[in-house]
Amino acid sequence: MVLGTYKQITLGRSTDKQIQKISQDGGIVTALLTFALDEKIIDGAVVAGPSEEMWKPTPTVALSSDEVMAAAGTKYTISPNNMVLKQAVRQYGLEKVGIVTIPCQTMGIRKMQSYPFGVRFLADKIALDIGICCTENFPFESLKTFISAKAGVDFELVEKMDIGKGKFWVKTQDDLISFPIKETHGYEQNGCKVCLDLVSELSDISTGSIGAPDDWSAVQVRTDKGETVFKQAVDAGAIELKPIDEGKFGLEMLTKLAKSKKEKAMKEIDRRKAMGLPVPYKGSSEKEDPLANV
Amino acid sequence: MLAKIKEFLGIEAKPEELASKEEVEKVAEEKAKPRIGYVHLSGCTGDVMSLSENYDILAELLTNMVEIVYGQTLADVWEMPEMDLVLVEGSVCLQDEHSVKELMEAREKAGLLVAFGSCASTGCFTRYSRGGQQANPNHESFVPVGDLVKVDCALPGCPPSPEIIAKTVVAVINGDMDYLQPMIDLAGYTEAGGSDLQYKVVNQALCIGCGTCAMACQTRALDMTNGRPELNEDRCVKCGICYVQCPRSWWPAEQINKDLGL
Ligand SMILES: Cc1cc2nc3c(=O)[nH]c(=O)nc-3n(C[C@H](O)[C@H](O)[C@H](O)COP(=O)(O)OP(=O)(O)OC[C@H]3O[C@@H](n4cnc5c(N)ncnc54)[C@H](O)[C@@H]3O)c2cc1C
Ligand code: SF4
Ligand code: SF4
Ligand code: SF4
Repeated sequence: MVLGTYKQITLGRSTDKQIQKISQDGGIVTALLTFALDEKIIDGAVVAGPSEEMWKPTPTVALSSDEVMAAAGTKYTISPNNMVLKQAVRQYGLEKVGIVTIPCQTMGIRKMQSYPFGVRFLADKIALDIGICCTENFPFESLKTFISAKAGVDFELVEKMDIGKGKFWVKTQDDLISFPIKETHGYEQNGCKVCLDLVSELSDISTGSIGAPDDWSAVQVRTDKGETVFKQAVDAGAIELKPIDEGKFGLEMLTKLAKSKKEKAMKEIDRRKAMGLPVPYKGSSEKEDPLANV
Repeated sequence: MLAKIKEFLGIEAKPEELASKEEVEKVAEEKAKPRIGYVHLSGCTGDVMSLSENYDILAELLTNMVEIVYGQTLADVWEMPEMDLVLVEGSVCLQDEHSVKELMEAREKAGLLVAFGSCASTGCFTRYSRGGQQANPNHESFVPVGDLVKVDCALPGCPPSPEIIAKTVVAVINGDMDYLQPMIDLAGYTEAGGSDLQYKVVNQALCIGCGTCAMACQTRALDMTNGRPELNEDRCVKCGICYVQCPRSWWPAEQINKDLGL
């Protein structure tokens, strides 16, 4: 259960050469959103689009495949995607909104759908929530420090950043620089330290790189809605699949990392509670499954 | 509190205390159609309008499920009758004798009192009142109804969305206490405002920059700057919705899993 409830777990990647080139991992997010747009399953998508500043994303309502493609790739800093949801519906007049969310954003959306106290006629317009894996996120200034001080490269020259195999990777046109992920500790945002969700347990479909070989993604299909869209995309040939390796570099690794994220967060939750600080989650002694996202 | 709501819902009828079968039947009959009142204090009527936007359930609700026994324009009565539940819209003006009296009487005569909308539950924009205005310069102090009477549950929102009203009605009819628990808890949330995000989320090392607060704000008082909410005080009406919707204020995990079928 450390990976949440899912109907299917598989490896997958986009079959589109262009998406493969620009995306972070298997291009599952971009492939699904562009497919859903083309098939009119959604009429727009909220993504972390580019801004005037390199590597600083801005939540964007994308109405075309091109705009979705322009947002491909991971930006390791905060993009408050949820904030433009209302705009997507009110200003852009969308009826069926797709959105890509990291786990905590998924949580904000799901809470709003279950308890839409002040949010009017929006909950039912979220047609597809694609969740991405997240271990932690960084304030923009932290990211700048990684690039300029730790990797020693000019921000403008960076083509891709990635976290994997215990390292933070920075790719420029002619260089691939890395430093141990340990060195990013202390730079992550503090709210992440009590986060119990690695894999976007509450999304319709979730995806990440952990447990997948390079240029592939591990995918969990979760809700009925997610299942329908995912099956359509696979049947249409937008996404190709192969079974996930059950062993050390596959499912076992994903399970291990999800579990260790939860255990670490539970320690912090208990610590904060003992100090009398507020945390919205239960302490370990208050819940049946000590690792549940409750 | 829970017991009182359960009693209202008829979940915990106590037949042993009743003398005769007739009385049991009488109680059952009364329970079948809860008597609802609507008290309109210092609010803008937005809350009742939001309620009435539930076209699909409203007709059924008003004709077959509840009886509206008190309320301006809703029922033709002057004397406040005994009620199972009263919805109070608007904050209460301490200088307005009639409002204070009506609220006190509603508390006495109703089994359950619901602060309906942000003016009733947090004071909302009436918090800015300082008196000295035309019509009645003496009307200065507007407070959430919870400052004067015990509130059993709160439905903040400026106004509360038609959906939350519908969901609450359905939960009440089904006796779904789990769903209603946050509303019971929110009865204590009477001092609200956009600065709660700073005090209760950011200052507590909980904010993760998801942007839900900025999305939920009905007055666009919130923007996100460097991954944190930034409040424009001048636009904030102190409805409390940003904090209520924040995933880091309270977390209804079980309900969400149920709703998603996970
Ligand atoms: C802060 C962060 C931390 C992550 N940590 C991990 C991890 O530890 N393990 C792991 O397996 N995966 C992690 N991921 C996810 C991973 O990097 C890929 O984004 C994911 O596998 C999707 O790849 P893709 O090729 O399918 O996506 P693509 O097709 O490349 O699309 C990526 C999508 O992500 C969106 N996006 C990019 N940056 C952000 C952001 N900051 N916030 C919200 N949305 C964004 C874009 O809008 C785009 O639509 C993390 C992602 C983020 C944003
Ligand atoms: S670790 Fe959790 S809280 Fe932090 S950014 Fe990722 S999903 Fe959000
Ligand atoms: S909703 Fe809460 S966690 Fe999300 S950005 Fe606003 S204050 Fe931070
Ligand atoms: S910031 Fe917006 S949502 Fe929050 S209390 Fe003020 S008006 Fe309400």
